[in-house]
Amino acid sequence: MRSDYSGFQLTALVVLRFAIGWHFFFEGVSKLVDPYWTSAGYLEESQGFMTGLFLDLAANPAALAFVDQLNVWGLILVGLGLMLGGLTRTATVFGIIMLLLYYLALPAWPGFEYTIPAEGEYLIVNKTLIELCALFVILFLPTGHLVGLDRLVRLARARGSVQESYA
Amino acid sequence: MSDDMRSGGEGKSNEPPPAEPPAEAPVEPPADASSADKPSGSGGMRRRDVLKALATVPVFGALGYTALRRRGLDADERQRLLEALGVEDEGAALLSELETRTHPDTIRVGIIGYGLEGESLVRSLGFAHPDWLEERRQAKLEDPRDSQLEEWLDQENLNVELTAVCDLFGVRAERAIAASTQPLRPGGDTRELKPAKRYRHYEDLLAAPDVDAVIIATPDHWHSRITVAAAEMGKHVYCEKCMTRTEDEVWPMADAVRSSGIVFQLGHQNRQMESHEKARQVVERGLLGPVTLVETTTNRNDPWGAWVWDIHEEGSPDTIDWDLFQEAAANKVPFSLERFFRWRCWYDYGTGLSGDLLSHEYDAVNQILDLGIPHSATASGGIYFFKDGRDVPDVWQAVLEYPDRDLTLVYSATLANGYERGIRMMGHDATMDVGERLKVTPDAASTRYAEMLEEGLLGTDRPMLTYQSGFKGVDAVTTATEEYFASRGLLFTYRGGKRVSTYYLHLREWLNCIRYGGTPSCNIDRGIEEAIACHMATKSYLEGRRVYWDPAQRRIV
Repeated sequence: MRSDYSGFQLTALVVLRFAIGWHFFFEGVSKLVDPYWTSAGYLEESQGFMTGLFLDLAANPAALAFVDQLNVWGLILVGLGLMLGGLTRTATVFGIIMLLLYYLALPAWPGFEYTIPAEGEYLIVNKTLIELCALFVILFLPTGHLVGLDRLVRLARARGSVQESYA
Repeated sequence: MSDDMRSGGEGKSNEPPPAEPPAEAPVEPPADASSADKPSGSGGMRRRDVLKALATVPVFGALGYTALRRRGLDADERQRLLEALGVEDEGAALLSELETRTHPDTIRVGIIGYGLEGESLVRSLGFAHPDWLEERRQAKLEDPRDSQLEEWLDQENLNVELTAVCDLFGVRAERAIAASTQPLRPGGDTRELKPAKRYRHYEDLLAAPDVDAVIIATPDHWHSRITVAAAEMGKHVYCEKCMTRTEDEVWPMADAVRSSGIVFQLGHQNRQMESHEKARQVVERGLLGPVTLVETTTNRNDPWGAWVWDIHEEGSPDTIDWDLFQEAAANKVPFSLERFFRWRCWYDYGTGLSGDLLSHEYDAVNQILDLGIPHSATASGGIYFFKDGRDVPDVWQAVLEYPDRDLTLVYSATLANGYERGIRMMGHDATMDVGERLKVTPDAASTRYAEMLEEGLLGTDRPMLTYQSGFKGVDAVTTATEEYFASRGLLFTYRGGKRVSTYYLHLREWLNCIRYGGTPSCNIDRGIEEAIACHMATKSYLEGRRVYWDPAQRRIV
């Protein structure tokens, strides 16, 4: 795993990782404490080739409850992972999957209009897609093993193998 | 920046750009993986490793603390606001779950008038015409958001049989018969049912021993006569609005219902709307202050909404009993397909906007404010858009005065514009918008909220209370008129988060009162108030003068 970053590079990457993590975490917690929150509205807005699946999910109360829980806890856990640098790789991959689903549910493609207001103007690239791209950077330029809980895991493993070799 | 970094960022955790790793520059010498991270001889981890591993924790802690504090402040503010308003934080618990029950005894229902409304009502009882099922399936294919069929199937099995039908148009009577045996029904009802029997005359239907209760969905000019006859036969009645076509028909109908003891429900399904119940609580708690003006409206902009309904291709003097149709009308005219199929356009059979839509709006306001019969009424309007031979206005305004309540109710309607307006209740302290969603906004000059407005706890730019029936699911309404109805709660409401037809709830309430006792929410007393209020406005329009209610003589003067 790569560790030859300069100080600025490492700092920039960790700040990016943490910022995305906080965004995920806070989105998740906000939904967790809001008794009225449901993903139904978002799913209902769905356009594009995955609309059918998303609408089916929204229409089925059991599926919707499951999706809601998955969403909330997915956001919280991915957020914690990215922020604290624990299981960073797994958290990053799950974060990418979630963002991909969010993007595909309401893609910013030409011709699609949504009733959920956007705070800017987007064509193809929206903030979800940019966050998704940023997570790819986090995935391929990992930092959890340098600054994060993964560092402890790595060291514990290394120590284990050293002790084994002593034995 | 780099000095800060070197001095160790862990203590500076509340800096907004987070995550400063307490790294020494250069952070990682290229070969450190083997040297620096190697466990020390004593077996413990180096302090530097632990610091790096936990570098982001303080930042997370600081952000988390800020978030918690913010949330605490928000919650405090909300609590203070609710206390000041005297409203408990009822939260999601407001949504009443719709309890389903099984009914051991069957109620045998007859339908008199299986037109557009009649078909909707019969379907809400559980008897859909096969065409409707096919339409819904197609609609679902075209728009996966359309869930009307599922919602209908989710209804309770009301244990009703459709045993009798009376319609003056053979095609419609046949449709009712087809619906009565159509095997797919809500609530897992799999009974094998006999087809409904067709009667040419409503009196024969009422005399049938296998009819316990009737739905009257005829044009308005028949409501009173048929209800009186039904009451005399001891048959329970669900009658469509407007309750009567004329003032004179009100009292015989009311007397017959009261003396017979039948269960009577008038078809104002808005009574089942959850948000109207909530609106009533808001008014009862005095959150609006003295309400002096209520504005209620109808805006529709499609021919269908203006009663230009389809003329059936098979409609002819041979298939329609025209003489019986106009028997109850004072003004006899030669056979007319327009008049038969678009009867709401003529005063001979209804009262236009008054009986069709002011009646709903008035009843909704009456449900929330208990207004009763107005002191006086004035109305004006004209036929300004649909110049198709009708004699009822398509733009029409009515002003109902309640000096005892220090309140005016203004109704304003056009059938040539679809702008959504809704019901608005204006009080000295706040304004409430009533629809499927409730919104209460404080008034800038409110006495009651002056302090809270001053403090910034309330603002006139934002509602202080909103209430939305908490639905979790997908929604679809198809036509403009359907959307209009849905926004007024005339099609759907929400119970326990599920969308439910208000027709169904209103019929169900009527059936439950027949079975288990009690009085329906839109009983004969509410019906009298509705009919008199509408007839006052109609009379004012037709006579071009202000009319008054004389409570001693019980008549409009």
